[in-house]
Amino acid sequence: MTESPPVSAATGSAAGGTDSAGPMVRFSNVSKRYGGGHLAVASLDLDIDRGAVTVFVGPSGCGKTTSLRMINRMVEPDTGTVLVDGTDVSRRPAAALRRTMGYVMQSGGLLPHRTVLDNIATVPRLNGVPKAQARRRAQELLDVVGLDQELGRRYPAQLSGGQQQRVGVARALAADPPILLMDEPFSAVDPVVRAELQQELLRLQRQLAKTIVFVTHDIDEAMVLGDKVAVFASGGRLAQYAPPAEILRAPVDDFVAAFVGRDRGFRALGFESADGLQLEPAVTVRAGEPAGGAGWRLLVDDDGRPAGWLPPGARDRRGMVTGGSLFVLGSSLRLALDSALSSPSGKGVAVDAAGTVAGLVDAEAVLRLIDAGRTG
Amino acid sequence: MNLLEQVAAWFADPAHWAGPEGVPARLGEHLYYSALTLGLAAAVAVPLGLYVGHTGRGRVAAIAAAGALRALPTLGLLTLFVILLGIGLMPPVYALVILTIPPLLAGTYAGIAAVDRQLVDAARGLGMTEWQILTKVELPNALPVLLGGIRAAVLQVIATVAVVAYINLGGLGRFLIDGLAVRDPVRLVAGAILIAVLALAVDGLLALVQRFALPPGLKTSRSGRDREAIEAGPLAPAG
Amino acid sequence: MQWFLDNVPFVAELAWLHLYQSVLPLLLGLAVSLPLGWLAWRVRPVRGVVLSVSSVLYTIPSLALFVILPVVLGTQILDTANLIVALTLYAVALLVRSVVDALNSIDDGVRQSAQALGYRPLRRFLTVELPLALPVLFAGLRVVSVSNISLASVGAVIGIRNLGVLFTDGLVRSFLAEILVGIIMTLVLALVMDAVLVLTERLLTPWLRHNRGRQAVRPFRARPVRPDAAEAAVLP
Repeated sequence: MTESPPVSAATGSAAGGTDSAGPMVRFSNVSKRYGGGHLAVASLDLDIDRGAVTVFVGPSGCGKTTSLRMINRMVEPDTGTVLVDGTDVSRRPAAALRRTMGYVMQSGGLLPHRTVLDNIATVPRLNGVPKAQARRRAQELLDVVGLDQELGRRYPAQLSGGQQQRVGVARALAADPPILLMDEPFSAVDPVVRAELQQELLRLQRQLAKTIVFVTHDIDEAMVLGDKVAVFASGGRLAQYAPPAEILRAPVDDFVAAFVGRDRGFRALGFESADGLQLEPAVTVRAGEPAGGAGWRLLVDDDGRPAGWLPPGARDRRGMVTGGSLFVLGSSLRLALDSALSSPSGKGVAVDAAGTVAGLVDAEAVLRLIDAGRTG
Repeated sequence: MNLLEQVAAWFADPAHWAGPEGVPARLGEHLYYSALTLGLAAAVAVPLGLYVGHTGRGRVAAIAAAGALRALPTLGLLTLFVILLGIGLMPPVYALVILTIPPLLAGTYAGIAAVDRQLVDAARGLGMTEWQILTKVELPNALPVLLGGIRAAVLQVIATVAVVAYINLGGLGRFLIDGLAVRDPVRLVAGAILIAVLALAVDGLLALVQRFALPPGLKTSRSGRDREAIEAGPLAPAG
Repeated sequence: MQWFLDNVPFVAELAWLHLYQSVLPLLLGLAVSLPLGWLAWRVRPVRGVVLSVSSVLYTIPSLALFVILPVVLGTQILDTANLIVALTLYAVALLVRSVVDALNSIDDGVRQSAQALGYRPLRRFLTVELPLALPVLFAGLRVVSVSNISLASVGAVIGIRNLGVLFTDGLVRSFLAEILVGIIMTLVLALVMDAVLVLTERLLTPWLRHNRGRQAVRPFRARPVRPDAAEAAVLP
């Protein structure tokens, strides 16, 4: 499974200042206490950038879902205000407010008695859009989320978990709302499908540029998806709110450091550019040609794409060993280091965008570059 | 004097509380027929329900049979047995037994079937014999549902026994049927009130039994909603 | 058998009356139970009162209720209305509980999702909760249907005309065939009504028909509990 390319910080900066309307969502001094005195959210101040993915992450009971639900008034704050687009949400009728925001929840929350198409058409129908038109729109959205038109006539129970989540996303997008609220939408699907759905979401977001607020308890998911990540601690305290790279590099306290995990140093490399990395020239052998030379040689196909390694002494491709991740030029230091560490020969294979071999990655060189970055 | 006052006067009259046709004697008959019916029905339905619930064998057949028996008209079965077997105590009692088996069977079966299968697996894993699993694990845990089923069955019997007066037996239904026959609305209504009060009193008593007979562990772990369900009483109107 | 053939119009008339006396209370009971059950489900104190009253109602034997009702309603003892009202009361007592149970049985995720989509309570009840409540509701309707048909014949004891007349008349005349015809006709009515209810339910719940045989996918019930369900309090 390949690592996602880090989301460009540019989407985040689009919200910063250029838009005169300010943040899309603003929490100001928001608190919520549930019966029994349990403090769910403690005087939260938070601005959510327009057109960016903001992830709320934290352990169970930290108030992340409560905070999300205050945006569409599924939960009312005890004190403080939530502003959406500059307007206090408590001054808008709850049902109408909710129709202006897409909402995706765990296991989709699809209405089991409606077909997929009718599920997607729900909000347009609530807004009075004629049935035929709402269905046409739903049909388009099946394409947008990568589902077969055929599935439109099925009922939710006839879909796989991953398909249901896609329908959930399509339904949230149906009325073309500027804001998407996603409440642990991918936590009930298996890891492979989850990674797929994350990538789909990033792809969609590059096209649609919605303001997405995403709740998860999975720090890896937060790092993959978030332009900015808000780490919540128990008791409803906002511990840190920053871009993922910064949270990995400089966690503000022990709680965040522990939550991010022990390998945060390695993961932080995922946000470091490998642009200054010196590649070594590769000793390549074309398939079908006699394999001369000693030591490890890289076997490539006619287009120059890597096929595998020939260990010392191997004469032809019958002795070839495969394995090891590829380092695509322009991706992060984490992938560069990973390619070197996972390669049978000890040298990572660097390829360009077309997939042709561009050189070899030496682990030492990566480490030197990290050192240089630290001192520089 | 209006009807209710007359009914009150009927109840106040000591003559109605003595002798073989007085309220205590009729009440005694009513309870005797009910107990007899319940005993016979339980002898058939409870073991069968336990067997079906524990083994899962014959589940579909048992449910279908219980459902079909439920559709039998009380009055039809009573008159049928009288015609077939003649006047006397037992013909109507046999009819009542047949009518009482379905709720008892369903209650017993549902109680055992509602016990968490993991619990049964765990008991088997501990090395219990099937008999031990039934008596030490399934039965105590089935008690809430089981008692609910028994309560429903008891109420149904008490209600149906009121009808047997129609075929020349005693019981509290006697007042009602006689009142109807001689066009005495006072006796008619008094009989109806007696039957209703008996049913409510027995139901209250069984509710108490249900509450105190629960194993302590089940009592404390019940959530409010479950408790509501247990105390809700019968699942079908009494005959 | 010969008796039945000779008396088809008579039996048919009684069966028709019987059907009317059992089905009308079923419909009336449903009409009362839906709003009452919804209210009981939404408002806890109402639920307590409604469920207690319905369980007391249940406990009163039908023969007693048939006789007490004229006193309360001021109707004649032989009035069919007594039977209709009594069976309606039983129907309400059972169906109110069915409605509450049915609404409780709906997955909370689905309800919250409908709320998040922007449904207002009334529309949510009519277009989301009610359809999803149908299976449990129909289970209740089937019980009411069978018990109404069985109870109605007891009305013959107090002189109401329906299939029960075949039992009282058969007893007086010691005539087996008449009683057997009565029992069989009652069973047939119960079966037909049950079949009608089952078919209606199937027609109204196409989504359940479609995933029979695809039980492997159970999206709404068997999911792990949300990690922070505790903080997910929802406004009504």
